[in-house]
Amino acid sequence: MGVLPKNLFKKPNNPLENYDKTKTYSPDIPSEMCIPCPSCKAILLNGDLNENGHVCPKCGFHFRINPRQRINIIADEGSFQEYDAALRSRNVIDFPNYDKKLKHALLESSAKEAVVCGRAKIGGYDCCMFVMDPYFMMGSMGTVVGEKITRLFEYATEQSLPVIGFTVSGGARMQEGILSLMQMAKTSGAVKRHSDAGNLYAVVLTDPTTGGVTASFAMEADVTIAEPGALIGFAGPRVIEQTIRQKLPNGFQRSEFLYEKGFVDVILKRTEQKGYLTTLLSLHQKEAN
Amino acid sequence: MEAFDRVMKARAKGRPTGLSFINHIFDDFLEMHGDRRFGDDSAVVAGIARLNGMPVTVIALERGTDTKDKIMRNFGMAHPEGYRKALRQMKLAEKFHRPVICFVDTSGAYCGIAAEERGQGLAIAENLMEMMALKTPVLSILIGEGGSGGALGLAVADEVWMLENAVYSVISPEGCASILWKDPAKVREAAACLKLTAQDLLELDVIERIIEEPSDDFEEVFATLRRDIFTTVSQNKQLPVEALLEKRYNRFRKIGVPK
Repeated sequence: MGVLPKNLFKKPNNPLENYDKTKTYSPDIPSEMCIPCPSCKAILLNGDLNENGHVCPKCGFHFRINPRQRINIIADEGSFQEYDAALRSRNVIDFPNYDKKLKHALLESSAKEAVVCGRAKIGGYDCCMFVMDPYFMMGSMGTVVGEKITRLFEYATEQSLPVIGFTVSGGARMQEGILSLMQMAKTSGAVKRHSDAGNLYAVVLTDPTTGGVTASFAMEADVTIAEPGALIGFAGPRVIEQTIRQKLPNGFQRSEFLYEKGFVDVILKRTEQKGYLTTLLSLHQKEAN
Repeated sequence: MEAFDRVMKARAKGRPTGLSFINHIFDDFLEMHGDRRFGDDSAVVAGIARLNGMPVTVIALERGTDTKDKIMRNFGMAHPEGYRKALRQMKLAEKFHRPVICFVDTSGAYCGIAAEERGQGLAIAENLMEMMALKTPVLSILIGEGGSGGALGLAVADEVWMLENAVYSVISPEGCASILWKDPAKVREAAACLKLTAQDLLELDVIERIIEEPSDDFEEVFATLRRDIFTTVSQNKQLPVEALLEKRYNRFRKIGVPK
C-alpha cells in the first residue's frame, strides 16, 4: 500500500462527518504489520486480527471492516454472487465537489459504492445479503445505495428469500440532496413488501449506523442484531450535544444502551454471528408444500 | 428569488402553521391525543375532521404561534411519540376508510437524549413502512419547512404538494454549510446547492404540485386547498386499494433510478 495514512493510529472523534478528513487504517495492510487497538492500545499483528474477524483478541474491540472482509466472515466460501455491481453514482443535482468526493471514495475504498448486494449461502442456507461499506463516504445513502437495496429486497421477495443485512452509515448522502432522502421511503417500501410476503429480514447494526439509514431499513428488520459497542442512533452525538448544550452520558447510543432500551434483540460478537444467523435461517425455512 | 430567501419565508414569523391550515380548511375537527405508548407530543396535531362533508383524518406538524405555544410544541420538532401518535391515527383512518391529509412543517425530528432513548429512528422508519402500505388515500402537503427524516415521516403519500414558499431538504442549509465548508455563514450557497425549493423539487419529480401563494394573507391558499384536496382524495378513494398502493409504491420507486 506504500505510504501510511497520516492518522493511521488515531480513532476519529466523530467518524460520521469526518470521513474525508480522517483516514482510518486501510483494510489492505500486510499481515505482518502491527496495529494498535484503539480501545485497549494493545499492539496487534494484522494477520492475527484477520483471523479473529478483525476483533481485538485482548479486549474485544470490533474494527471496522469492508464488505469483502465481512462477506468472507459470514457467507459460505465461494457462495457470494454480487448483484448490480456496476451501478455508479452520478452528480445528480450538480452538487459542488461531489464528483471529486466520489473519485476519492473510489480510490480510498476500492469499491464502487457504499453497499454491496448479492446472493449467498450462510451455513448452507440461501439468502440475499447486503453489506454497507464504511470506507465509501462513510456508508452514506445516495440514490445508488437506495436503488441497490430496493432491488435486492424486490429480488428477495420474488424469490421468497430471506435478507441478511449489515448496516454501517453516516446517514443520507447530503450531496444528492432530496433524492437521498427519498431513498428512505423507497427502501422502506421494498422492505415492507418483502415482509408482507412472509419473508425474513435480519439486520446486523455495526459501528456506526445513524441518520437516514437508522430511520429506514436499519430499523425495519424482524430480527435486530448489534455488534458490541456500535454507535447506533438517529442523530449523531455531536448534533445532539449542540442541540441540548450538554455532554452526553458515557455509552449513550451504543449497542448496549439500545439493548437495554429494548431496540435490539441480541448483541453478538462478530465471531458468533455466522453461527447465530445459520440457526436463525434454519428456524425460518419455509415448509415444503 | 434565491433559495435561501425561500427558506427565510418558510420560517417567517406570522406564516400560518399546521393548526391554522386545519382550522381554515376543515370542519368539525376533533383533536385526538396520545400515542398509547408513552405520551402526547404537542408537536404533532392529529384528529378527525370533515372536508366538504367527507370524513378525513388530518395530521399536522405544529411549530407554535407565540413564544409560549412554541415552547409547548417544541418548535414543531417531534419526538418518537409524535410519529407514533400520527401512525395510530393513520391506522384508524385505514380502519374507517378515511383519507389521510398531512401538513408538514418542521425543521426536523428532535435531536435529544429522550428522543434517542425512545427510538426516534425506529419511529420514523415504522411510519415510512406503514404509510407505504396504508390502505387508504394519503396526501401530504409541505406548508413551511420540510426538514429531512422528520418531515418524511409524515410525507409518504400518493401525492406530495408544496406551497410556493415551502422548502424540503435532506439537511438544513445551516447544517450543510457547517459540515461541508465548516462555515455556517455560507448558508446561502448551501441552500442553493441543496435544491430545496418547490420549483426544484417539481423539476426533480419529488412533488406533484406547487400551490401558489398569491398574497400574504392565505385565504386564497386555503380556498385552493379546500377544493383541490377534496378532488384529489375523492379520486384516489375511487381507486381499488391494490392500484392505490401500486401507485404510491411506484411514486417513490422511480426516484433516483440510475440512468
